[in-house]
Amino acid sequence: MSVLAPVALIGRNTMGILAAIGRIAIFFAQTISHIVRPPFYLKEFGQALLTIGYFSLPVVALTTFFTGGALALQIYAGGARFNAESVVPSIVSIGMLRELGPVLGGLMVAARVASSIAAEVGTMKVTEQLDALVTLSTHPMKYLTVPRVLAATIAVPALIAVGDSIGIMGGYFVGVTRLDFNSAVYLKNTVDFMESWDIISGLLKGAVFGFIVALMGCYYGMNSRRGAQGVGRATKSAVVAASVLILASNYLLTELFFSA
Amino acid sequence: MITLDNVHKAFGSNKVLQGVNLTIPRGESMVIIGGSGTGKSVALKSILGLVTPDSGTITVDGQDVTKVERDAFLARFGMLFQGGALFDSLTVWQNVGFRLLRGSLKRPKDEAREIAIEKLRRVGLKPEVADLFPAELSGGMQKRVGLARAIAAEPEIIFFDEPTTGLDPIMSGVINELIREIVVEMGATAMTITHDMSSVRAIADKVAMLHDGVIKWTGPVADMDNSGDPYLDQFIHGRAEGPIEAVR
Repeated sequence: MSVLAPVALIGRNTMGILAAIGRIAIFFAQTISHIVRPPFYLKEFGQALLTIGYFSLPVVALTTFFTGGALALQIYAGGARFNAESVVPSIVSIGMLRELGPVLGGLMVAARVASSIAAEVGTMKVTEQLDALVTLSTHPMKYLTVPRVLAATIAVPALIAVGDSIGIMGGYFVGVTRLDFNSAVYLKNTVDFMESWDIISGLLKGAVFGFIVALMGCYYGMNSRRGAQGVGRATKSAVVAASVLILASNYLLTELFFSA
Repeated sequence: MITLDNVHKAFGSNKVLQGVNLTIPRGESMVIIGGSGTGKSVALKSILGLVTPDSGTITVDGQDVTKVERDAFLARFGMLFQGGALFDSLTVWQNVGFRLLRGSLKRPKDEAREIAIEKLRRVGLKPEVADLFPAELSGGMQKRVGLARAIAAEPEIIFFDEPTTGLDPIMSGVINELIREIVVEMGATAMTITHDMSSVRAIADKVAMLHDGVIKWTGPVADMDNSGDPYLDQFIHGRAEGPIEAVR
């Protein structure tokens, strides 16, 4: 084995990563160009809205409810070290609205939706259904990608709005039943320290995360190959890529929204 | 008339088409035969623009397929895919009427459904299957639905990709007969790729043999058995010995 083999391996992997970034950037640009040009498939958009938004509600609700409850317990325990137990309601609401609601909601949607889109579109690819769409004068990007990306961009903020509320309710439930907070005081503290930008920033993050989730699902689905194994690989890659991009973009958006 | 002129296509180092020359006159049924992996599907997909050739030209009625308006161009074609390629999320009639429900050939929903059911009847399926999903159908029925979808918009040119793959001999015979009847009835230009010799004899007016990325022989189906071409001879008689290497 050549002594340069490890360097060559690093070089190959770097080239591979850069090529993948380039392909995703081209796919992103193509998606945007198809979003602004007719025809628009409203029925497919409606179906995607239902699948991505409505059917993801239970998993997002459960995740945020338990996270809100755990957050209240943690802040109470941590705050007790310097007599700051009273900040539980405000920190739970700020934490849920700005950070945990969007990120955990986005990650749960990535797990549920990016995988399902990649598997569905990937199966269509390997069974020649995408070719069939083309022969039937229908562009796969317009028929499959655009409705899903638009639906996710709209549905995920809505899911996060509901998830934020449920997460805050989870904190309230634990605060009142386990930590002996007065119900009215808890609610007053929650509302008093909440700012509209806390809500808006979380929803904007949700829109970006929704776009990423659907884009990754469609990209890996449309590029899957070699039968069932290829579809499995596409599904895994879509979830991993969507999750990593959600976490990375969350940092960038937080810098953008909240850095002084 | 479809013309392929010196068409080359490679995938990496794998040279699939190495100068394909072929002419399919209007209204004729051309069957392309050849072993697995010889580039039959690539040739067919190149005509439709699903695969872009590296060099050479493909014309349909004198128009270069890379320079035509795609929607109008594709509206002239119907295609039956090897595995049917039916859309799982749509019912049978929505599959058949797909082209009639959107795009330049769009019709009212009721009319599209009526046409879809008529086409289903034409391929021997009862109207009751119209509201089923593809997964609820047998392989033979899926092929028929695929055939109904291919002819739904009355195309001038129909492509059949391995139409009998995965079917039992009787169902293969039924599909072959249906294809022949429909092509004659519609006066369509047909291009079929297959390695099923019973399909060749049932469907073809002319046959072309693709091997090593080039057309080795082409001629009327009646001349096939006495062609004198060693490649064609070995292929149609299924011999292990001959110029075509058989991997054991």
